[in-house]
Amino acid sequence: MQGRGDVVEWRDAARALLMAGVAPAQVDWRIAGDESLFAPQATPPGPAVRPAPRVPRDFVDLAETVACHGDPGRFALLYRLLARLQDDPALLSMAADADVVAAERLAKAVRRDCHKMTAFVRFREVPTQGPRRRFVAWFEPDHHIVARKAPFFARRFADMDWMILTPKGSAVFEGGDLAVSAAPATKPDIEDPTDALWLTYYASIFNPARVKLAAMRSEMPKKYWKNLPEAALIPQLVAQAPARVAAMAARAVQAPPAHHARIQARRAAAVVPAAAPDTLAALRDAARGCGRCPLHHDATQTVFGEGPDHAALMIVGEQPGDREDLAGRPFVGPAGAVLDRALAAAGIDRARAYLTNAVKHFKHEPRGRRRLHVTPHADEVEHCRWWLRQEIALVQPRLVVAMGATAVFALTGETPRLGDIRGRALPFEPGRALLVTIHPSYLLRLPDARRAAEETARFHADLGTARQHLAACQVLPA
Amino acid sequence: MPRSLRERLAILSDAAKYDASCASSGTTRRDSSASGGLGSTEGSGICHAYAPDGRCISLLKILLTNFCIYDCAYCINRSSSNVERARFTPDEVVWLTMEFYRRNYIEGLFLSSGIVRSSDHTMEQMVRVVRELRTTQGFRGYIHLKTIPDASPALIAEAGLYADRLSINVEMPTDAGLAAYAPEKQPIGIRRAMADMRIRIEDAKEPTVRTKTRKRFAPAGQSTQMIIGADASSDATVLATSARLYGGYGLKRVYYSAFSPIPDASAQLPPTKPPLLREHRLYQADWLYRFYGFSIDEVTAGRPDGMLDLDMDPKLAWALAHREAFPVDVNRAAREALLRVPGFGVKTVTAILAARRHRGLRLDDLARLRVPLRKARPYIVAEGWTPLRLLDRSDLASLVAPRQMALL
Repeated sequence: MQGRGDVVEWRDAARALLMAGVAPAQVDWRIAGDESLFAPQATPPGPAVRPAPRVPRDFVDLAETVACHGDPGRFALLYRLLARLQDDPALLSMAADADVVAAERLAKAVRRDCHKMTAFVRFREVPTQGPRRRFVAWFEPDHHIVARKAPFFARRFADMDWMILTPKGSAVFEGGDLAVSAAPATKPDIEDPTDALWLTYYASIFNPARVKLAAMRSEMPKKYWKNLPEAALIPQLVAQAPARVAAMAARAVQAPPAHHARIQARRAAAVVPAAAPDTLAALRDAARGCGRCPLHHDATQTVFGEGPDHAALMIVGEQPGDREDLAGRPFVGPAGAVLDRALAAAGIDRARAYLTNAVKHFKHEPRGRRRLHVTPHADEVEHCRWWLRQEIALVQPRLVVAMGATAVFALTGETPRLGDIRGRALPFEPGRALLVTIHPSYLLRLPDARRAAEETARFHADLGTARQHLAACQVLPA
Repeated sequence: MPRSLRERLAILSDAAKYDASCASSGTTRRDSSASGGLGSTEGSGICHAYAPDGRCISLLKILLTNFCIYDCAYCINRSSSNVERARFTPDEVVWLTMEFYRRNYIEGLFLSSGIVRSSDHTMEQMVRVVRELRTTQGFRGYIHLKTIPDASPALIAEAGLYADRLSINVEMPTDAGLAAYAPEKQPIGIRRAMADMRIRIEDAKEPTVRTKTRKRFAPAGQSTQMIIGADASSDATVLATSARLYGGYGLKRVYYSAFSPIPDASAQLPPTKPPLLREHRLYQADWLYRFYGFSIDEVTAGRPDGMLDLDMDPKLAWALAHREAFPVDVNRAAREALLRVPGFGVKTVTAILAARRHRGLRLDDLARLRVPLRKARPYIVAEGWTPLRLLDRSDLASLVAPRQMALL
């Protein structure tokens, strides 16, 4: 074998050997240039007595990767796996098999070397006459990976010409064409003034208060340092760190600079005293910063009511849900869609109703990447009732529709059975009626389709009653 | 005399180093081979260097300016600090990004800024940099842009068009902490901005009805950072806030940044050593929450003060306190139970599930899968191995605890 990372030479030899019926133990795989004086001559495998070997796709990838490794036993290992795969096609999924483990270990080392090459190659600019800028890099990989990783650099550095030179081959990219060679290259001697800026950055981004050398060395092993310009700074950065930290701690607190006082004065002057909430807009502004109960800590924002200033119909739900909390608007999530369909079925224009909730912040529990709704406590409803009373006082609706038990409790302070009172206009306050129905989210939780259809029809009928009531009050066109 | 580019680079990278985020992964796959231009992103990020603080250097992490009208006590750039001030022009940032990228020093740019004049003015300057990089320079590398909470929606939309990731730092674990240390920052404003970004990111993933194309908006999602140890919040408080952020805003990552002494520090903050081990334990607990099926309560219930045990990782601490859940049979147990075994990572569990379909696994099979047996052995049953007497031992903690501090 040439052993320079090309899997084809092994594949061709392995196929011929296997078809000739040669067992793994009978093959002595040698790398060209490694043979001693007394090495036996390579013998041809003999005529084919068996069919061509078949392998899963995973093995092709594994063999390509392992062939890049510098380990002298890699070809024997691959041949052993190839032979075993003919009897046991699922061999590679046996992650604890000794041969599979050994091959995976070699493949992992190659992949790590490849990754470090993409990280630690440093291009330096060289002068050129042509229209494209020209860069050269010197890198020392552990394994034969230049041909394997060269396309990565071609995809990334497409608008410049470059060369990557290594002791295990080189890659040249010129005018958009990539060429690779397995021949060893020699280290060029190039200076690039931009390295000085990079070193400045490297030194400045380092935090001397948190020196963790082991963490650095495990990811940037010392063997790479000699070709990384920034690595030359490491000893002095580490040596100076304790003194820099001590100097920070010892320094007395200084007076703030002059501009600080000017900024603070400008900010103080810009604060406008809040107006008393005597309009709906002012009330909404005041509610933004509400901290009457602890729910505001966990919610995104106050979701205040929305609708015309003097809507005849006010619809009160329980609390905002996930979507409402994000958007800052009531009834824009799944339950809002159910409500929209019901309003349309009942002939009520949503834009002419005032929609709000008993509780203005979303109460929830995190569960992985979701937030689960939690029913608000009575004391949270009571704290938030202050806002609801203000909304009713300013909007002065003729009819309030309470959707669900929480809304009923917020509006009346009582907890009756919904079934006893739902679906008819009840006297509420002077000039104002109350109509109780279910919360639309209830319909989303019904698993049985027939039951859901029945309940949906009842919900639509309740809203139809609301519309009839308003028509009788002559506030909605019939 | 005006400062040179190199002097300003020193000031504006020094000012940016307290932001822990350096990720350059998880964005769309793209390259410049067909399109011309410069740069590629191919799934996993690349760390191009490591500083002696153990942190990776993946992106050119700089501020456009460190002038700031805010006075946040924990921040090196607060208006009352005497730190040296400087600014880059947008063109200088573009030049530095392109030249650093060409030399393969970096994966891309992480641009942040102090607030100057107004939120919109600051955001507009930052958007100008990324617009120039993407449209004029044909830059296809990674861009992480810090967003200013109350910048106008049009600027946020344009930022998301060019940037791979957007982020806003919540800074403190509680609203009260933010009010005490960053009086000009509004917790509601920060949360609303994150909510708005989640809606935009999710909308962009849905193909449009008519053209079936997807809009582009921050394909690598959003992240945030919390400073640990500047205020008195417990780990339970910190992690509960993280859970709320992951659940509410679909964040890709919450970064924990051990508060580190800064030059010309505010008298409000003690010049202590950064709590690096605590930071490490928080990341481990965060992983248990996101990938191992643990709830925050389970992870933090071990101690009455709500702090994680510094002497051992939170999974081992949980296992020692819940011996009734063990031993777990590696040849029969469900994925969820295997994930709770100390020493088993997500990849190990996947490998065990695949390998045990062929034959029963023994301890030496697990050793080949790189399982730390000393740690895992008391908690598992395998072919030819039962640990019953080990689990009953009162000195189990000393048998499985790390022999040395792994980190420091």
